[in-house]
Amino acid sequence: MTAEDARRVTDGAAQAIRVLIAKPGLDGHDRGAKVIARALRDAGMEVIYTGLRQTAEMIVSAAVQEDVDVVGLSVLSGAHMHYFREVVAGLKARGADDVLVFGGGIVPDQDRAPLEELGVGAIFTPGSSTDDVVAYVRDAVTRRGPRDA
Amino acid sequence: MKPKDAWLATEYAEAARRVPERDAPFETLSQIPVEPLYTHEDLADFDPGAKLGYPGSFPFTRGAQASMYRGRLWTMRMFAGFGTAEQTNERFHKLLEAGQTGLSTAFDLPTLMGYDSDHPMALGEVGKCGVAVASLADMEVLFEGIDPEAITTSMTINSPANAIWAMYLAMAERKGADLAKVGGTLQNDILKEFIAQKEYIFPPAPSVKLVIDTFEWGPQVAPRFNFISVSGYHIREAGSNAVQELAFTLADGRQYVKRAIERGLDVDEFAPRISFFFNVHNDFFEEIAKFRAARRIWAHQMRDVFGAKDPRSWLLRTHAQTAGVSLTAQQPLVNVARVAIQALAGVLGGTNSLHTDAFDEALALPTEEAATLALRTQQVIAHESGVTATIDPLAGSYYLETLTDEMERQTLDYFDRIDALGGVEAAIEEGFFAREIGDASWLQQREIDGRRRLVVGVNAFEQADAGVPIQLVDPAVVEVQNRRLAAVRAEREPREAAAALEALRDAAKSGANTMPAFLRCAHAMCTLGEQMDVLRGVYGVYQEPVLI
Repeated sequence: MTAEDARRVTDGAAQAIRVLIAKPGLDGHDRGAKVIARALRDAGMEVIYTGLRQTAEMIVSAAVQEDVDVVGLSVLSGAHMHYFREVVAGLKARGADDVLVFGGGIVPDQDRAPLEELGVGAIFTPGSSTDDVVAYVRDAVTRRGPRDA
Repeated sequence: MKPKDAWLATEYAEAARRVPERDAPFETLSQIPVEPLYTHEDLADFDPGAKLGYPGSFPFTRGAQASMYRGRLWTMRMFAGFGTAEQTNERFHKLLEAGQTGLSTAFDLPTLMGYDSDHPMALGEVGKCGVAVASLADMEVLFEGIDPEAITTSMTINSPANAIWAMYLAMAERKGADLAKVGGTLQNDILKEFIAQKEYIFPPAPSVKLVIDTFEWGPQVAPRFNFISVSGYHIREAGSNAVQELAFTLADGRQYVKRAIERGLDVDEFAPRISFFFNVHNDFFEEIAKFRAARRIWAHQMRDVFGAKDPRSWLLRTHAQTAGVSLTAQQPLVNVARVAIQALAGVLGGTNSLHTDAFDEALALPTEEAATLALRTQQVIAHESGVTATIDPLAGSYYLETLTDEMERQTLDYFDRIDALGGVEAAIEEGFFAREIGDASWLQQREIDGRRRLVVGVNAFEQADAGVPIQLVDPAVVEVQNRRLAAVRAEREPREAAAALEALRDAAKSGANTMPAFLRCAHAMCTLGEQMDVLRGVYGVYQEPVLI
């Protein structure tokens, strides 16, 4: 690695938050995922959108390969408990449990506590503001501090 | 009386000096500017004979039937489905007891994507956002105690529509029903799946081919069944505005008609059974105008572009559903007011059938109480509001007619742009719709985040709320479902099941109409997953390019 490369890596980590926005499962409702991806990108973050029909395994691999700080899962099909559990466990198994996980979609209030216990940082339901999502991601990454190399 | 411009420059300007105009967007949700006042001058060139006609007559702007709601009210058709076939059947019976006049089935995601409930991709999804139907056995439980000749049923199914329709008709046959008397609607609109909802399996060309199979087969076998419901609903939910919804939906309709004519079908044989499905969103007048413009545009397209001779071919009949995307998780009871206003717009637009969303749908599937309240909202409009006493009561409104004309004009512009790209399939592959819809939804979100548009409870008038009880789906659903699936596979006649699947493969490979093979598969108890796997093998699967 050249000095120039090393500098870019450290600066990159300090400057641009890397986010993976993912659509797990069979659900094709991608409006929210795309709007959030665009809002985070406009806020200066590096955003990768997985596209549709991802398995938990595919999402975990993408998160590790792309070395992201944050994974945002969008689920409107009611299958959120299943997919959040799988993605959080998958990240842990790959030693990437410092990657923050948050989510959005049709998630009833009673599922918030169990999701929090899993380690899911925040859940944004219909009517959420993109500004709140941007602020949340920024705060959460700042609070967590830099990731281990 | 002075000209409008003069009045605006004097009296109105004077009033606006004293009380300045509110800082609010004076434009429709489709960004059509809205003037302070509309007068007869705005309709100076308006020809009521050409633009409106009479209800039930060309160009049908004023309504699909001559007597409209004075004769028969719209069909109150609530979309329902969750958990097992048994649970949804129970909800169907309750809705019918509550005065609903037609059924509408929501399938779960594995069914919509053509997977059996025990497929690995179905994990966590069985029965969640609809009911699981993997074979004729599930279909028979779902419609237990319901007479398919007496009750029409709508089925929201697209990529696997041929197989699910065959299962429904097989269920009706086994009950001894005469298929010529069985009515209902199949959504079966694959183009809008590529454009908006993304529940596609096969690439566009074979997908459209499967749709056209139903155009050819349906009128011969089940002539009372609408074999397609060309849907703008999902295009709107994906983030389009009202004009885009109108334009893209009718463009899809034109594309199917073109493809059916290319197959050599007579337009007047199939066109009377094409139905439509639109969203009803918040912008009251724009929504009313959209329904009226839709009927007029379609009538002209069918008569003047496609040469249909039968007036029933010119007629756009439509279902409507209030806008799920307009519902908020905050202060969910406020959604009752939104739904009532939207439903009223649908009725004033002359919809033929209506689903009203339940107030809790931003949180979960509706509870029985919430679904009943939504149905009651329609009943109040129908029986208490007085709007059903006369036909198309807003016709001639300076504002509404101006808006109707403008939406028609913008829609025809979109037709030109789509045609220039080479038609709907080409525009899909080029990413045209994804860009149009992505940009519109982004703009709407910025307007809300920037408080240019206020949404009660979201960016204005916020208040902590206590929460409402919600519908939960029993996790045991998947076990019940998979037991039935295992029994189907064990108890059917294996040679006939294999032969039926082979016949389906042959039909798909040869390009023959697939519907007879699907009907045979249904009776042979082939599962949905097995049938879709056969087609996946022949047609391949589609992956869309990822665009933000």
